[in-house]
Amino acid sequence: MSSSDQQEPQAVRPLEVLYCQICTFPPEYCEFGSSLTRCKEWLQGAHSQLFDKYYSDEALQSKIGTLSLEAQAKLEKDSAKKEAKAEAKADAALKKKMASQVSIKRIERNKRKHVTAIHGLEAFDIELKKAAKFLAQKFATGASVTKNAQGQDEIVVQGDVSDDVLELIEGGAGPLKGVPADNVVIIEEKKKKAVE
Amino acid sequence: MFKKFTPSTDIAGQTPPKSSVQRSIRAAVLQQWKIGPETLEEIWPKKETLIHVKCREHISIYSVQSVPLFFQHFDGPFYPTLRLLHQYPSILPKVGIDRGAIRFLLAGAPMMCPGLTSAGGYLPPSEEALPKGTAVAVHAEGKEHAVGIGITELSTEDMRKLNKDVAVEVVTHLGDDLWALQTL
Repeated sequence: MSSSDQQEPQAVRPLEVLYCQICTFPPEYCEFGSSLTRCKEWLQGAHSQLFDKYYSDEALQSKIGTLSLEAQAKLEKDSAKKEAKAEAKADAALKKKMASQVSIKRIERNKRKHVTAIHGLEAFDIELKKAAKFLAQKFATGASVTKNAQGQDEIVVQGDVSDDVLELIEGGAGPLKGVPADNVVIIEEKKKKAVE
Repeated sequence: MFKKFTPSTDIAGQTPPKSSVQRSIRAAVLQQWKIGPETLEEIWPKKETLIHVKCREHISIYSVQSVPLFFQHFDGPFYPTLRLLHQYPSILPKVGIDRGAIRFLLAGAPMMCPGLTSAGGYLPPSEEALPKGTAVAVHAEGKEHAVGIGITELSTEDMRKLNKDVAVEVVTHLGDDLWALQTL
């Protein structure tokens, strides 16, 4: 080991490795991922040479290698099944996302003061911390990510800014992108009388 | 090891270790990997401070500029991340598995002896036999890049002889949660 170090004092150049844009694997492993069809499409479009290398008929033949035909067939069937499953899962996730709601709640602090609690943004892949910071800057007030009574994260903004927040979400400003306007509701909550 | 890993709950804290600790880490990496000081300098320049990302179950990930580079379990050997290994494939000794075993590996299963000793597998020749407990790059039949990183549970000679049971325990593989973690 040490002798080879002396022979080549220069640093070894790193290998450039291409990763699939769809499944993040090196393209030769796409066949084991759960999105082979889309990976293939991407590779064909972006790197047609590599596509020929991995998916031409000879390549497919030689790939089978030492594996028996039955095992190969089973593998193919499995991967097809896996793909279908992943697709169904993605579909379900999307549906759930579309069905989930963002609630903007105006909570009365005392007679004239309010806070605004925004709940459910994380379902739309919004980073709550960043969004809170953005809102704080926008309204020049305090905004923080806190856990509500149910233990879920929500953004609490000081002051009554519910309408402005609604506008911002609809406009998709800054980090608040990708929330369909129909899914946003405004709720008003009166302060409960303290129990004697 | 990284089958289930969620950064938000599993990371306890990120701290830069003392420079003396960094020095000893550097020395340990140089000793454990087949890598020259110059190459390591490229990966981890002296001026960049290493960040120690403490995770649950005694896993420490070390990152430079918030890119995870290598990790360690308890006091065990340092493992490079798979992306780093892809860039510098020579830093770990190689073993190969046959095609039938790939999909089990990608599901996180440990590698059994027959997968390595069969026609499609690859084990280093006897003169370069690896002892038990060596970090190895797991390559796959007919593939160019490594598919996972593991630690040998038997010496390579014993794998040939016994040809049974777990040969390589997989610590990280393509598509696990460490792979998904591109930046910390």
